[in-house]
Parts: sequence; C-alpha cells; structure tokens
Amino acid sequence: MPAAESRWRRWLDSDIAWSFRRSPVAILAAVVALICVVGALFAGWIAPHDPFDLASLELMDALLPPAWTAEGRATYLLGTDDQGRDVLSGILYGARISLLVGVGSVVVAMVLGVSLGLLAGYAGGSIEAFIMRVADVQLSFPAILIALLVDGVVRVAMPDSAHGGQALWVLIASIGLSGWVQYARTVRGSTLVEKRKEYVQAARVIGRHPVAIMFHHLLPNVLGPVLVIATIHLATAIITEATLSFLGVGMPVTTPSLGTLIRVGNDFLFSGEWWITVFPGLALVALALSVNLLGDWLRDALNPRLR
Amino acid sequence: MSALLEVRHLRVAFETRRGPLVAVDDISLQIGEGEILGMVGESGAGKSVTGTAILGLLEPPARITAGEILLEGSRIDNLAPEAMRRLRGKRIGAIFQDPLTALDPLFTIGQQLVETILTHDAVGARAARDRALKLLGEVGIPAPEKRLDQYPHQLSGGMRQRVVIALALCAEPRLVIADEPTTALDVSTQAQIIELLKRLARTRGTAVLLITHDMGVIAETADRVAVLYAGRIAEIGPVREIVHAPLHPYTTGLMGAIPKLGALRSRLAQIDGAMPRLDAIPPGCAFHPRCTQRLAQCDREIPRAVAVDGREVACWLHGESSRG
Amino acid sequence: MADVPLLEFADVGRDFDVSQPWLERVLSRLPKQRLVAVDDASFRVARGRTLALVGESGCGKSTVGRLAVGLYKPSRGTVRFDGQPMPSGSGRETMAVRRRMQMIFQDPYASLNPRWKVDDIVAEPLRVQNAAMSETDRAERVAALLRQVGLAPADARKFPHEFSGGQRQRISIARALSSEPEFLVCDEPTSALDVSVQAQVLNLMRDLQDRLGLTYLFISHNLAVVEYVAHDLGVMYLGRLVEVGPATTILKDPAHPYTRMLLAAVPDLAMTGTSRTPVAGEIPSPIDRPSGCAFHPRCPHATERCRVETPVAKPIGDGRVVACHLVGS
Repeated sequence: MPAAESRWRRWLDSDIAWSFRRSPVAILAAVVALICVVGALFAGWIAPHDPFDLASLELMDALLPPAWTAEGRATYLLGTDDQGRDVLSGILYGARISLLVGVGSVVVAMVLGVSLGLLAGYAGGSIEAFIMRVADVQLSFPAILIALLVDGVVRVAMPDSAHGGQALWVLIASIGLSGWVQYARTVRGSTLVEKRKEYVQAARVIGRHPVAIMFHHLLPNVLGPVLVIATIHLATAIITEATLSFLGVGMPVTTPSLGTLIRVGNDFLFSGEWWITVFPGLALVALALSVNLLGDWLRDALNPRLR
Repeated sequence: MSALLEVRHLRVAFETRRGPLVAVDDISLQIGEGEILGMVGESGAGKSVTGTAILGLLEPPARITAGEILLEGSRIDNLAPEAMRRLRGKRIGAIFQDPLTALDPLFTIGQQLVETILTHDAVGARAARDRALKLLGEVGIPAPEKRLDQYPHQLSGGMRQRVVIALALCAEPRLVIADEPTTALDVSTQAQIIELLKRLARTRGTAVLLITHDMGVIAETADRVAVLYAGRIAEIGPVREIVHAPLHPYTTGLMGAIPKLGALRSRLAQIDGAMPRLDAIPPGCAFHPRCTQRLAQCDREIPRAVAVDGREVACWLHGESSRG
Repeated sequence: MADVPLLEFADVGRDFDVSQPWLERVLSRLPKQRLVAVDDASFRVARGRTLALVGESGCGKSTVGRLAVGLYKPSRGTVRFDGQPMPSGSGRETMAVRRRMQMIFQDPYASLNPRWKVDDIVAEPLRVQNAAMSETDRAERVAALLRQVGLAPADARKFPHEFSGGQRQRISIARALSSEPEFLVCDEPTSALDVSVQAQVLNLMRDLQDRLGLTYLFISHNLAVVEYVAHDLGVMYLGRLVEVGPATTILKDPAHPYTRMLLAAVPDLAMTGTSRTPVAGEIPSPIDRPSGCAFHPRCPHATERCRVETPVAKPIGDGRVVACHLVGS
C-alpha cells in the first residue's frame, strides 16, 4: 500500500508528530496511558484471575497481602480483598469499566455540546440566547451535582431491580449531560468566527441548506479545540465516575469500577489491609494523570502561538 | 547628503526545524537626512522583515545572520535589547499598518502621547502636554485640545493613523520606519497621510523608510525606491527613473501590471507565476522562472548589483559587459 | 426581450439592526438603532456588460453585491433578475435562479474551506444544483473548469493551503463558473492580491466575459482597476449612489463633486514628485449620516440647500444619472 505508507510518512513528518517526539512528558504519558488502555481492554486475557467467577473464589485466600510481603503469595501479585478476589485482576476489570464510562460520557457530552454549539453559533438570535443561558445556568452548578441529580432522577423513575444492569448507562448519561457546556461554548465561539468567513457565504450563495453548511463546512473547522477539550474531559469524566462510585451512587459492587474498588477497600484501610484501596487508587491516578498530560501537550501542540 | 541609515549586506533567516529559511538576503541600502526611501515589493518579498530588522524587533525564530545596520555611523544591529528599546522611539520611530493595534485602547490619546514624551525627555507634565498638543496640530488633527482626552476608538481610521504618526514623532526621531502606513485607509485619507509624511521629511529632516506594496504611493512620496523580489533588491534608484524607465525585467513587469487611470483599455501586462515561497527560492536569479528575457547563466549564478545610470540593478542583462 | 436588463435595482434599500443586546438596551433605556446601509439604489446591468460599484469603506457597495445574489433581502424596493423579482426561501424557483448567479469574494484565504480538497470545492455547486450528474462526469467537468482558469487538472487533489493567493482566486473563479452562471458578483476580487497577480486575474476575468458572455457586478475601491474592467460605473457614498453612467464618461468628466474628489485622490505613477491638494475631511459614520446630501460637510460647493434637502438622482443627458443639487439644474 504505497498510498498508506506515504500518508504514514507525512504524519511522521507533521508538526504534531515532531512536537510529540520532542516532548518527554508527552511520550511518558502516552506510554502510561497505553498500558492502562491495553490492560483494561484485554483484561479477560491478561488478568491472572476472573474476579467475577464466583466458583473460582477461595475464601481461604481472603485478605492476602501483596506478593512481596512475608505472607504474600505469588499467584496474587497485589494481594486479595475480603472475598478472596485478586486485587490486580480487579483493577484491570475495574479500569475497563472506568474507561468505558469515561469515553462514553465524553462522546455523549461532545455530540450534545458540539451540536448545540454549532446551532447556537450559526443560528444566532433567540435560539443562541436560549442555549447559552441554559449553559450559563448549568455552569453555576458543580458537574458532580448535575451528575448526582440526573442519577437520582433516573433512580426514582426506574425500578430498583432494573437499575443494577443499567447503572453503566445511567452513569454515562449523567456524566455526559454534566459536561456538554464546555464543548458548546468553545464550538459556539469558533463558529461565530468561522461563519463570517467567505467560504460560508459562498456556500450560501450556492444554495446549500443551513444544516449542510453547519456539518459539512463549519464542523471540520471547529473540531481542533474540541479534541483538546475531549482529552482533558476524559480524565475529568473518569474521576467524576470514580467519585460517584466512591459515594455509592455509581457502579455496584458486582461490576466494580476503580471508584467502587477504592470505596470497598476504604473500609479495610484502618484495619491494616491497605493494599485493597491503595492499588486501585494508584491506578486511577496513573490513568487520569497520563490522559491529562496528553491533553495539555495536545493543547500546546495545536496552539500555533505557543510554538 | 550623508547617509543617516546604512544597511550593509543584511541577511535575515527564520530558523525552522528543516533548516534556515532566508527571508532577506544581501540587502544594502542607505537613506540620507530628509530623504524618503520607498521599499516596494509583493507579499513575501522581505520588505517588512527588513523594516522589522532595522527596528530591532525581529522575534525568534527570525534573526539577523549576516550584515550590519548603522544609524548615524554607529552599529545598532548588535545592541542589547534594553539599549535598542531606548533607541526606538528616541532616534527611530515606527508607524505600522493597523493604527488600531498600535494604540492602547485603555488610555486616552493625550495620556499615550504625554507618557511617550516623558519616557524620552525629562520635561514637566505641563510641557509634555503642550508638546503633545503641538504634535497633534502638526500631524493635521483638527481641534487637538478636544482629541487629547478621547480614546482611540472614538477616532476614525485616518485620525488614528495621524495619532500613531504623532506618537512616532514624540522624541523627534532621526529615522521613521513606516510599514504600509496607508494600506488600511481609504483613498481620500491615504492622500492626506502621504502629504503628511512628505511634509515631515521636508521640514524636520527626518529620514523615512516607506514600506508598501503600492507603487502609486511610492511614486508620489519617495525620492528613491528599492524594488524587492524574493528577499533581494532587484533595482534601487531615483523614483522617477525607475517608474518611467525600469531596467530590471521584474520592475518592468510590475509597472506594466499596474492599472493606470486614463490609460487605454488594452490588456494589462502580466507576469506569469507567483513569488516563490521561502522554502523554494529558485537557484541563480530568483526571478528567472518568470522572466521573459532570461539568459543562460540566470538559473545558475546570482547576479550582483551593478551601477547603471545612477542606480543599481541586479540582473544579468545589465552585467559588467553592458556597463561600458 | 433584448432590452430587459439582467439585473435591476429599483429604489432598493437595506437596513441593519445595530442595537445593543436586548437586556442592555432595556436596562439603559436605549432606543433601537438602525443603520441604513443602502438607500434608494436604482441601476440596471445589461447582459454581457460589467457594472462596477466604487466607493470608500462604509459606502454600502458590498451590501449591494449581497443584495444582488440574494444573501440579503431588501428592506425596501425590488431587486429584479431577468425581469422577475428575486424569489426568496429555498424552493425550486429560488434554486433555479441561484444557479444562474455566483459570487467571487475578496479574501482568497477565507473564501475556500481549508479542510476541503480543490475538487470538492469546485464541484460543490454541481453537487447541490445537479445532483443527478455522475461522478466521472463531475470529475471531467472539474478538470475542464480548472483548465479554463489556468490551473492543472491534477491540482484537484490538493488542499487550498498548497496554493498562492492568485491561484486560490482562480479556484474561487472555477467554483463560481461550475454551475454555468450568467451573472457574477465580484466583491473586491483582486484587492487582496499582489499587483502582478492582480493583472493575471483581471485579464482572466475579461477573457471569461468575452468567451462565456458573462455579466459582472464588480465591486472595488480602486478606480484604476474599475476603469480596466467596467463598461458602466456607479459611485457610492454613505449608502447612496451619487453618480451612475458609462465608465469612460464618468472617469473623463466626473459630474458629482465626490466622484471628482475620488479621482483626484488616486495615487498616480505619473505624478512622481509633484504635489496636489489632498482632500479634506473624512467619511462620517453611516450611523449618524449628515442631513441632506451626506457629502455636504466635505463638499467645497455645498450650499444651504445641500444641508437640508437630500438630492434626488436625475438624468443629465449623456446616459448619466447624478444625485447633486448643483448638477443639471
């Protein structure tokens, strides 16, 4: 495939790739993030145990410390919890849930925010005023409060039995709904700039439908900053999910995320079984920090002023 | 006429990760007291970079890589930033294209003028205000007392450009660099600013480097003109001769391409192609791919500037052989 | 039918609402503010001819251009295209008229979508207005269009940033020609270009007019450029046409004092070293237009009548229409 190869070459030669190669922080962050993502995606193959397989659980193995301590056992590298579940496997499966919720809610927030921002910026007038006032109001509440609110409403509306299976989707929706404002504001701003440009007027003279102008002409030109916001928002969303789960309104113990693991382990912290909560905590920090650093780098790399 | 500003073999390059891009190459020129030197060229010719280099305002990745700049006989291109800052405004003034960005929107015209006067001269506030009033009058602003307390946004484009000129003149500089001073203005205002620049050079003996893409402005304002192409001077000499009998094929093409009022509706002469990008400047004479009279050596050797009839031309058509 | 002008403006006016946002306006009890961008504009453009509009910033010439292609709707008066009032909305009738007119813009760096390839840009009008066309026919048409404006068919695979300003303006022209329009509005098409490139584009536009029988509404602030392209000329000042007529007549013997002033202000290559009396005063803001004739504060011949009464445009015999109390009375 010579075409694909030359495209790959061109990408290697681009300014973004160049600035990536020159930034040790970005490379380190990318490696850490990649390890987290690969670990989470292939948890079923990598994890030494299946924490959800009740048949394989040995209550005799409960509360074992990490492998390198005197009482540790080699099969449980990071020790076990009170049910005898392997902490490392729990982290890998938990990271999968955390990433899924993070990515899902970013997608929800992005689709909603970008569409509303485009509409507000292009349509103007009362539509713009309405969307942006709603955004202002939402911005005066902390995101976590919005997520709690949405979560609460869904819990009331939905029977308890159904909720367990739907927890993942409820979380994605509530965190997504709490995060669209930033996308909408940024996209509205860039849309206001872009729509004055003559290529948009040219499309109007040609007779293109406003929706086509918004999505074919404007969208590709306002996506740059959205990419940066999305990366940084991913880290925030993962932490929001962990916070909700820690507070007990997130993922149930049967399908734990990193936040659930931390909450469960928290009960054992003072009785000396520190590893049950500390390792999931470290995993969360590594994941959120590496994604955040990547977002920071991307913002600088895409900002021509700082180059 | 002794040279007030002298530029010798100036070369400015932009350091990029793909190696240096030379924006200005081997430019030499002189401006005498009270003289207006026009510098004309199309976008990418290096005229603004030259002006910025003289002002000492080049920002990385651009820097002077060779040559020297002398103001009244002493070098200024190697001065420390602080010394250069004092020199600017004191002995060199600058006028830029967009008068709105050159003025601080948060301060009144009077505050900005008085502040500039006070930083350069140890005079009292009262005297500084009087000087500001006088300057505003001199640049043709009606009712200066009223304007002194107004903010930049309350003035029209032409008035703002006059204020910028007044600011540039605060410390009575010896040299004024005017980079496209009329481009953002309407034709009627443009004519007024041209007149003002000419009067300043005549009455104050200020040397002016007038950078513009508009040959019409140069023709009316400048005493001499330097025509730039791809970072080099193609031709430099008295305005009248260069306008009416250009020697360099590029200048000839440029003159033919300008629509003239009152000329017949014949076809405009056009130079095919476009100015090369900095990363693809052709070898030899940079103009040779667009030139209709190129010779064998044009794509190999860079022509040196030679003196012909009181001007200098860098073209093989006017080489040593034809100097006679 | 031959004497039906392709484009006709009959007493067209266009206002813009420049009020403060609603909340601020109500809080500080400001009235609504209206800007009259164009008023009482009447002119005709005959088939195959070029009418140029000249004037300084804020004179409303670009608004007239946008009214002519239907980007703006007139607040007063009628715009007629080929004898029919300009349809509005997005119905089939509007689309049928739309494909007969196109526009070329000033800034070659802003008028092409930077994320699109040249072939998508040039083919966009074809896709919208001739959806039934096959992909191969469309590609052929794009190649032919690029050749017509002096570019290579292979350029279709490139992005706009790979071209110089002049080449981009050629791409703009190719896009405008793709729906085979009869009428082009050119809004300062060369003022962002270098002189040598400007000559290329102006020559190209004239060749295309000769070859395709195009009608141009050419908007410019540069009288010398206008003289080169225009058959007829309209001079605008603060939203009003002060003088309309054959270009050569107006440029040789301007009737309106403003036209005279504009002509005198054009920097001239032949004028090296000579001095001339510069024009006094500056253009007032269109929001607070002077009463009567808007030019009276700058006019050397202004009388009391000029301060009070707005002059009506009237024919002065040689094919010209002039709005000045002192002319033709």
